[in-house]
Amino acid sequence: MYKIILPFRYLFKKHISYLAFLAVSLCVFIVVVVMTVMTGLVTDFKQKNHRYVGDCVVSTESLVGFAYYEDFVNILEREDFIEGISAVVKSYALVSPKGTEDNIGVEIMGIDPVSHSQTTGFGKTLYYRKDDVSKAFKPVYAPERNGCVVGVDLMLMRDAKGRYAYRASPAEMAFAVSCFPLTAKGALAKAGTGLVNTETFYYSDISHSGLARVDSSLVYLPFERAQLLCGMAGAVKRANVIHIKFKPNVKLAAGCEKVASLWQRFVEERSGEKRADLLEKVTVQSWKDYRRAFIAAMEKEQTMLTVMFALVGITTVFIVFVVFYMIISHKSKDIGILKSIGVSNGDVVSLFSGFAFLVGLLGSVVGLFAGWLFLLKINQIEDWLFERFGFQLWDRTIYAIGDIPNRIDLKVLGIIILSAIVACLAGAFVPSRQAARSAPVEALQVNPV
Amino acid sequence: MVQEEEISKRDEPIMSNDDSLLKAEGIYKSYRMGATEVRVLKGVDLAVKKGEFLAIVGVSGSGKSTLLHILGALDRPDKGVVRFQGRDLSRHSESELNRFRNKMVGFVFQFYHLLDELNVLENVFLPAMVSKGIVGWIASRGRAKSRARELLAQLGLRERGNHKPYQLSGGERQRVAIGRALMNEPRILLADEPTGNLDSATGNGILEVFEKLNKAGQTIVMVSHDERIAQKAGRIITLADGKIGHKSIRA
Repeated sequence: MYKIILPFRYLFKKHISYLAFLAVSLCVFIVVVVMTVMTGLVTDFKQKNHRYVGDCVVSTESLVGFAYYEDFVNILEREDFIEGISAVVKSYALVSPKGTEDNIGVEIMGIDPVSHSQTTGFGKTLYYRKDDVSKAFKPVYAPERNGCVVGVDLMLMRDAKGRYAYRASPAEMAFAVSCFPLTAKGALAKAGTGLVNTETFYYSDISHSGLARVDSSLVYLPFERAQLLCGMAGAVKRANVIHIKFKPNVKLAAGCEKVASLWQRFVEERSGEKRADLLEKVTVQSWKDYRRAFIAAMEKEQTMLTVMFALVGITTVFIVFVVFYMIISHKSKDIGILKSIGVSNGDVVSLFSGFAFLVGLLGSVVGLFAGWLFLLKINQIEDWLFERFGFQLWDRTIYAIGDIPNRIDLKVLGIIILSAIVACLAGAFVPSRQAARSAPVEALQVNPV
Repeated sequence: MVQEEEISKRDEPIMSNDDSLLKAEGIYKSYRMGATEVRVLKGVDLAVKKGEFLAIVGVSGSGKSTLLHILGALDRPDKGVVRFQGRDLSRHSESELNRFRNKMVGFVFQFYHLLDELNVLENVFLPAMVSKGIVGWIASRGRAKSRARELLAQLGLRERGNHKPYQLSGGERQRVAIGRALMNEPRILLADEPTGNLDSATGNGILEVFEKLNKAGQTIVMVSHDERIAQKAGRIITLADGKIGHKSIRA
């Protein structure tokens, strides 16, 4: 029982204990806030990427694309683990608003809006046709014309708080989209003639995926129109990508493996056929692998932050070690007294470990509570700082971030509390073991002679 | 409970050829001070009988405190044997020594050595708390607290139970230390200069407490540098040059 009573008394009656308590609280506060924000950003970024591409992607890097995609789509449609399939034409184009001499290089994606919405989060990124994606390419002001869905950052400016100035309905605008059609061999399809295919599309909607690069450089076009523009609508039609969505109970790796095996069989069956060589360059990847180049950078930042905070954690262990060393040095008399009345070395260690546990537990609870309060109000605090001092954590005109993520992950919290307690126990272990090993007479500081 | 029975059985006398409660035979102890080895005890032989009040007198540095610590298993001799009820303490395991210090001996130190974070009552029943686990303590705390209160009443500190050690005078603190030493009804009370830090009137009060305890049957070994204080004991031995010198028995 004394192993419970004494740690509480040491904690609340020794001012030096507050130092250890404060060090733990501060460290936990910082780690909770930074990890929550960073984990929120990374999770959000991953979710956006996942929504953007679906679960699995069959694709080629080549702008030529690959043939027989329709046959493979038919094969996939017969599989019961697949929920959505969307074949896509991907290329690059010059977009020029009609009536101007301006132009801008963009990425174009030819999609069927319905199947693409069933497979990816495309439908939810729309502003005007969110409720009826089948009309995504039908401008409200001229439904009979070919529409295009433009990345939000190509159309609208963000204000300092990251908000877009949406209009009630899309402005009547026409874009000339020009691209170089390629043959299946990769040669310019219109060599010697006009070189480029140009077609006019009317602004029908905007897409806000939350991915800065996508929103600032992507224009969606109707699939068949894009196929024609890119020279992929010949006798053997071609596409660049097939996006796939699995049914909810299908695990990502297992689903991708099945698709890869179906693709392998498909390639073998098609070998020797016209343009079958294009199939060799096609890869089957999970959404994580497909977007690895983008996600990895973010994950690396998170890893770096984790390492930095591990160093903060080590510093806390050191502070706790120093504080405990001081506390235990001051308590050598108590250790001597306890040993003189029969307390064992192990009990001395467990007494101070109990003290360390208490410091770790209470310190992390206070740090967590403060962190939770801060996170709860982090966006209001940022708004206030911005209004008063013009300070923003992320410049919303540059970064595609809305609110600062502040949803606390319970798993992360558990890890932080556990780490704080372990750090305290580690900091207290050496001095308490050293104190426990000292002879009772030495601990009592009685002149031995 | 089982543990206590085991200790009692273990500590039953296994030698019956003398009536010594505590016996030291050929005790040697030296300390290293820098490059010099200081030989403190040079073959001390001593026997303490049950119910005896023994005073060990010697000048400062004569090794009397060292001897007391060795007798109470707070320290180990370099050579020699300490027997408690016939059992060689050096053969005790660490846990047996802890139980020995908790149940069989009670220490009273010159500087009281009370825990500042505990109040007077808690300081007194601390040895009882140490010997029990949480469940055992919950079951027995009522008895322990009433025993502690009873001791404080006997020591004239009935109203001081909730005070903190720093709120007490030196004499009162020493009486709290005596209460703590007596809490588990030890077979022997070892007192190291118990009056050394007190004025003579307060010191006399403490000695009177010892005399009363001894009359009630408590075995006491007290070390002091002051022969006048030692006169209160039933037997006085002098420690000089690391050996037992003059012995006297009070009439």
